[in-house]
Amino acid sequence: MAQAFDATSQQSLLTARAEEALALAKQLGADAAEVGASVDQGVGISVRLGEVETVELSRDQGIAITVYVGQRKGSASSTDASSASIKASVEKALAIARYTGEDPAAGLADAELMATHLPDLKVHYPWSLTTDEAIELALTCEQAGRDVAGIHQSEGASLSSGEGVRVYANSHGFLGTQKGSSHSLSCMLIAQDDNGMQRDYDYTSARDPKMLRDPASVGREAAARTLRRLGAKRPPTGTFPVLFDPTLASGLIGHLMGALAGGALYRQASFLCDRLGTPLFPDWFSLEERPMEVGATASSPFDSEGVQTRNNRFIDQGKIASYMLSSYSARRLGMQTTGNAGGARNIRLVAPHKSRDRLLKEMGRGVWVTELMGQGVNGVTGDYSRGAAGFWVEHGEVQYPIEEFTIAGNLTAMFSGVVGIGDDVDTRGSIHTGSWLMDAMTVAGS
Amino acid sequence: MTAHKSDLDTAVSILLTPGELDLDALDVGLGYAMGAGIDYADLYFQRTWQEGWVLEDGEVKEASYNIDGGVGVRSLAGEKTGFAYSNQISADALVDTGRTAAGIVRSGKQLTGQAVRVIAAPPFYAGLDPLAGLTAEEKVAMLKEADRVARTADPSISQVSASLSGTYEVVLVRASDGTLAADIRPLVRFNVSVIAVKNGRRERGSAGGGGRYSMSRLRDEHVAEWYAKEAVRQALVNLEAIDAPAGQMPVVLGAGWPGILLHEAVGHGLEGDFNRKGSSAFAGRMGQRVAAKGVTVVDDATLLDCRGSLSVDDEGTPGQNTLLIEDGILTGYMQDKLNARLMNMTPTGNARRESFAHLPMPRMTNTVMLAGQDEPADIIKSVKRGIYAASFGGGQVDITSGKFVFSASEAYLIEDGCITAPVKGATLIGNGPEAMGRVSMIGHDMEMDTGIGVCGKEGQGVPVGVGQPTLKLDELTVGGTQSS
Repeated sequence: MAQAFDATSQQSLLTARAEEALALAKQLGADAAEVGASVDQGVGISVRLGEVETVELSRDQGIAITVYVGQRKGSASSTDASSASIKASVEKALAIARYTGEDPAAGLADAELMATHLPDLKVHYPWSLTTDEAIELALTCEQAGRDVAGIHQSEGASLSSGEGVRVYANSHGFLGTQKGSSHSLSCMLIAQDDNGMQRDYDYTSARDPKMLRDPASVGREAAARTLRRLGAKRPPTGTFPVLFDPTLASGLIGHLMGALAGGALYRQASFLCDRLGTPLFPDWFSLEERPMEVGATASSPFDSEGVQTRNNRFIDQGKIASYMLSSYSARRLGMQTTGNAGGARNIRLVAPHKSRDRLLKEMGRGVWVTELMGQGVNGVTGDYSRGAAGFWVEHGEVQYPIEEFTIAGNLTAMFSGVVGIGDDVDTRGSIHTGSWLMDAMTVAGS
Repeated sequence: MTAHKSDLDTAVSILLTPGELDLDALDVGLGYAMGAGIDYADLYFQRTWQEGWVLEDGEVKEASYNIDGGVGVRSLAGEKTGFAYSNQISADALVDTGRTAAGIVRSGKQLTGQAVRVIAAPPFYAGLDPLAGLTAEEKVAMLKEADRVARTADPSISQVSASLSGTYEVVLVRASDGTLAADIRPLVRFNVSVIAVKNGRRERGSAGGGGRYSMSRLRDEHVAEWYAKEAVRQALVNLEAIDAPAGQMPVVLGAGWPGILLHEAVGHGLEGDFNRKGSSAFAGRMGQRVAAKGVTVVDDATLLDCRGSLSVDDEGTPGQNTLLIEDGILTGYMQDKLNARLMNMTPTGNARRESFAHLPMPRMTNTVMLAGQDEPADIIKSVKRGIYAASFGGGQVDITSGKFVFSASEAYLIEDGCITAPVKGATLIGNGPEAMGRVSMIGHDMEMDTGIGVCGKEGQGVPVGVGQPTLKLDELTVGGTQSS
């Protein structure tokens, strides 16, 4: 785009900076050290009502240094990667390490776990797009949505395109680099009836711009999603089955992964403490992580401490088969890292899939939730209570849109009460899943 | 204002001098960002020093330090915005970013910049480095004190974590309308979180707060002890909590942080950009009744030392106390320069940005409902069956439909005018204008929150404050699990 970005030369530059920081840390007295550095560059375009609204050129860089002195740790980071700034950061990290306490679990991941198999997972697809071309795509997207009868106002369409390089290195001699790209196009529209206004949106996103959906189809889908919300009523209060849209089901998996994360477990801040090996889901449900999938959103051969990533099966035939651990949390729990420093990469469901119509038929009478609001999820207890919008279903058929209600339950009961998974898989994020049908939750409406 | 003159001197020496720039060089830089057809341009220089200390298992195990800074250059033409930024503050960077920002939107006639006008606003906090207020040993000691107090407070406490964080931020704004303003913004926060385990139940409690002042004030006010006790108290209450009811009922909100209701139910809907674009449920309702009689809401950046306060905003406009709703009637929006100009209104000092690398937008500062006349005890007494919500987690709003939620983290049943059993956290949902119309009693006990809010909008987080008195809403939907 308007700024040139040479990923390969950035990669060598960051590598040199990382090595410089490690050498300096050692020289100034660190027993061990690790460095993460990154550069990202991109453009963001937004249009509204057929006119360009903003054009933003972004270029972000950062370098983060962690040093260990014995079992003490200190960290410092800066957006300035000059030699002077690296020196200042290393000195500051060492100064901090004088005041932190001894932590027997502190330290780098074990040397023998460092990734040695580092294939190119093909996650870097630069987009040679001019600003004018980007504006054109966003305008096409918005116009297609505004052309749909009933759309009266627009929040606009946005295109963003970026690429970047990250480097992680530590004093075991491990150095891993990865180039990546991300491109997306979104549109949000507004419609109005006597009851007031409604808005909704759609988006497409991919590492490879060729995999983006047609801009006009994004605009039209945003329009369809907005229009179907008009005339919303409130559902009755009671206990009903609930169908979660795929984007919301991936949020449920997010809560699950949060509770399986080592950091929550050793702090006793998870409702899944001491549950390893016990049933959580129905026995036809398994959940895997596939970090080495070629071209996927979150693919990486090494985690954020250099450990070789691997396929993990977190839920196996309904039972909790593995926690999600980094070296630190594993040491705290007396276990082994699962290569999940920095989180899970590419979560996939292994379960029989059904069509959404079939799930609606199975539900009979209940709510199909297409939007959730608020943060009412308690990771310590699993208690769940969130604002929602969606559709009321009777006799397996969608009746009318509904809004201003809550759905509530407990994640343990919700997970064991999953009765079906849809084939409408959303592949835009790092978690791929279809809709989830839950047997019973409390709905609070009118 | 001598205080402000010295802020400007400090900002120049911190932001410009290292890159061999002076105030005159900014005129040149601004020249690149202006040009044919451009109505307005500004340069925003910023440097932040951030520090965070975390205690777990009785030891300070993590501490981190971050330095960030750079310059953001914005050029406006009509409704168009061009924006670029750089991590470097130098003459070259100003030329590059200025040309880029201007190049994006440039067209039509030439405008000239206006004479420099130093913005001399009274400061609403001291321009000091809050990190320097305590030594590293004192910081560690504060965290250990919180740990000790929490652990000795009750035998059911099994985990304690505490954190101390602070930011020293220096900004300088130079705009084509002549504005030259500087601000030095301290911000600190102390937090305690505990896990209590009893009879197989596990619950969390947390408490914290801070503001725009030195870390030394946190120590002098003994917040470590106070928040540790408060976190323990909340965890113990939650250990006894029964399932919350589901359905519509009267809700009494406690004073202080429950003011998040205002932030979600009305605050976002009154931000200028949403109203200019007609996407807010409050658009076009100026002068109309949008809340019950007696409800007066302001956005007040001038509260001394509060988390959301601003001496000048991120466009150099002095912070103000803006009347949003007066006795239930909509009287004002929160504006930045762009939206004020396009709506033919006046900027209200509400332009805020997460950093130099983000575009400013109209944002809240401290959003407050003024005190009424009711006795808080009478408010509780007036409820036959309902909920008293004392503390909240987060909230969210769909400004277009007006639907908002906020999640109670400490709540109780009210039965026959008395507070009885604690109930589990539940989400409350309503429609902004409708909910504000159902405010039927307003306490005289207006209180600010303790200083913990972060508001997110379009991916940008900024610190905010909220405040309100005890308040009764005749009906709101409570998202518990017990449907009767």
